[in-house]
Amino acid sequence: MSYNPFSLEGKTILVTGASSGIGRGIAVECSKMGAKMVVTGRNVERLSETISMMEGEGHISIPVDLSQQEGIDNLVSQCPEINGVVHSAGIPQMCSVKHIDRKTIEEILNINTITPILLNTLLLKKKKLQKKSSIVLISSISGVTIGNVGEATYSTSKGALSGYTKSAAYEFAAQGTRVNCINPGLVPTRILELSNEMFSAEQLEETTKGRYPLKRYGKPEDIANGAIFLLSDASSWITGINLIIDGGYSVI
Amino acid sequence: MNLEEFVARFAEEFDETPAEQFKADTVFKSLDEWGSLTALSIIAMVDEEFEKRITGADLRSVNTIEELYNLVLTK
Repeated sequence: MSYNPFSLEGKTILVTGASSGIGRGIAVECSKMGAKMVVTGRNVERLSETISMMEGEGHISIPVDLSQQEGIDNLVSQCPEINGVVHSAGIPQMCSVKHIDRKTIEEILNINTITPILLNTLLLKKKKLQKKSSIVLISSISGVTIGNVGEATYSTSKGALSGYTKSAAYEFAAQGTRVNCINPGLVPTRILELSNEMFSAEQLEETTKGRYPLKRYGKPEDIANGAIFLLSDASSWITGINLIIDGGYSVI
Repeated sequence: MNLEEFVARFAEEFDETPAEQFKADTVFKSLDEWGSLTALSIIAMVDEEFEKRITGADLRSVNTIEELYNLVLTK
């Protein structure tokens, strides 16, 4: 049976933050759906690992540092024409309101918010996005449906992406291009382990049991499946939405 | 920063608990106001004052403010 509205055959998809975590999961799963992938991240070796996990041929790795304008410029100049982009590069941050300073908030806004916005603009200006493309931003439930202690700056950076998506969806619609957010709940990844030394594994486990109705954390594949839907023609009448993938966390 | 100054600085991170309740031998985790927010604040305070990074595990490994002070000094 060949009928599959979720297929990504014939599409070229760019994924940022593809060297680990959710971005890597999205890159790998999209390749299994037939997409030709362009992956980017800072670490050349880890990007090669991502490519080795993929199915199909002709995938491209473009290692750049997207926290700098030069990195955004280099990526777009080397990037082939694409049919979709998933902005997955991002950082977590734990900081109480009382301790937010300019450096702290500028760091997270730069990477989580400003980079994806400027990357979209440059992809558009350099005509790298084909007509009827799909843009997917990895936002969060934090800042959109929930909040948490220590997450004010993170919530700000992610909530802003959901805000951007509303207006950008309107403008990109002129080219038939769609812009949507995915809002994941907690997906344990290496980056989270490194940053989140605040809590013990037991504490996190306790949080999970009590707060996630589906009784587990998210996996990168859970988020990737949402991305596949938003990148595929199956979602061709969907733009400007927040797709919440959180095991039911935000219904409580 | 000596121990006395550290205790005073520690106390500043609390909004509800009166400063005079904080002594070197105070078991800070038994304070009503102790929780994830105050823990985050203490981690940030140590970062600001000592330019040292302590973790949640560090906080769990000590009981009194003096023990925390000594732990920070060994970092």
